[in-house]
Amino acid sequence: MSAAESTLTPTSYISHHLTFLQHPIDTGDFWVLHVDTIAVSMLLGVLAFGFLWWVVRGATSGVPGRRQAFVELTIEFVDDQVKGMFHGDRHSFVAPAALTVFVWVLLMNAMDFLPVDWMAAFYEHVLGLEHFRGVPTADVNTTFALALAVWFLMIFYSIKVKGLGGWIHELFCSPFGSNPLLWPANFLLNVIEYVSKPLSHSLRLYGNMYAGEIIFLLLGLWAATGWAGTIFGAILGAGWAIFHILIVVLQAFIFMMLTVVYLSMAHESH
Amino acid sequence: MNINLTLISQAVAFAIFIWFTVKFVWPPLRTAIDNRQKTIAEGLAAGERGKLDLELASRRSAEVLRETKDKSAEVLAQAERRALQIIEDAKAAARVEADKVVVSAKAEIAQEAERAKQVLRERVADLAVAGAEKILRREVNAAAHADMLSALKQEL
Repeated sequence: MSAAESTLTPTSYISHHLTFLQHPIDTGDFWVLHVDTIAVSMLLGVLAFGFLWWVVRGATSGVPGRRQAFVELTIEFVDDQVKGMFHGDRHSFVAPAALTVFVWVLLMNAMDFLPVDWMAAFYEHVLGLEHFRGVPTADVNTTFALALAVWFLMIFYSIKVKGLGGWIHELFCSPFGSNPLLWPANFLLNVIEYVSKPLSHSLRLYGNMYAGEIIFLLLGLWAATGWAGTIFGAILGAGWAIFHILIVVLQAFIFMMLTVVYLSMAHESH
Repeated sequence: MNINLTLISQAVAFAIFIWFTVKFVWPPLRTAIDNRQKTIAEGLAAGERGKLDLELASRRSAEVLRETKDKSAEVLAQAERRALQIIEDAKAAARVEADKVVVSAKAEIAQEAERAKQVLRERVADLAVAGAEKILRREVNAAAHADMLSALKQEL
């Protein structure tokens, strides 16, 4: 137990695990950086895309090696998904963006596999950081950042494809029709849609990863009840971890699919 | 749930990663995969073409073989005909030659016989004369019987 030195209550144990490594830039609640989230996500991103770049730079169009075949498999998987939903030149932006989302989110989610208490001990005793959260996607800032970026891209492509006039026309005349009486209803629905898209997009991922972390912590609490509880908790924790493999991959996949769906919808006029 | 500057930072990082992937990761691998697809397609097409070529070539070679067979049979027949003709010619020539030889031999024989007859004639006359001489030596004058003898000589 990493928080063993102080008096340990379930509340203090959980809240200790759920406190970010914060670095205030300025006064006010907003001007704070979560150094742990940023550091881990950056590290994962640089490793992942650096690896992809390294493999791709030496890519041959002949018989691929294992490494290249692995990367190709990933890319073909993403490309196949995009091909089914997006009809247009997907290679110039949408497919690589989907690949970015999938790989990055998958790796950030996968940080959840690392055992929470061991990692807490590692951060505290090796790195000397009392608070450190290792799963960037369990930070709502990350998921909102991704969802909002996709949201802006969605609006950008809507305007780019249909023109500003076309986009505004769509805001008022779709989905019910172009009768002026229906304009308020259309507009209201579109606003709700535009608000709900990034919210559901980001909160789905955040909720899943946050809940996963909480459950690991709750299972970790069993260790406070003695040997029997520790063993029981370990067995349950293993079960949850195995189930969590599915959640990690599935959530990354869903996040990518929604990204592609939103961008595809932005490219289609109604 | 506390929204703070982390959001901006993550959004910027996200944008950079997307840009990096769009610019450096996706295109080279796409190119490699596309090129490989093209190579494989070309290989398959070449294989198909090769099969077709082989079929054409085998058909053509069979045709050439048949043509050659026909021609060789023809040449053989021609040669046979020619041989027969040569034999016929040779036979005819031989026959003519033989006839010629026979004729000349006959002529020679006749000539020889004639000469022999001549000689014989001379000798018969001489013999007759000698015989007669012997007979007549006793009783007859040779000159008195010369007419008769010459008439006899003419009869031979």
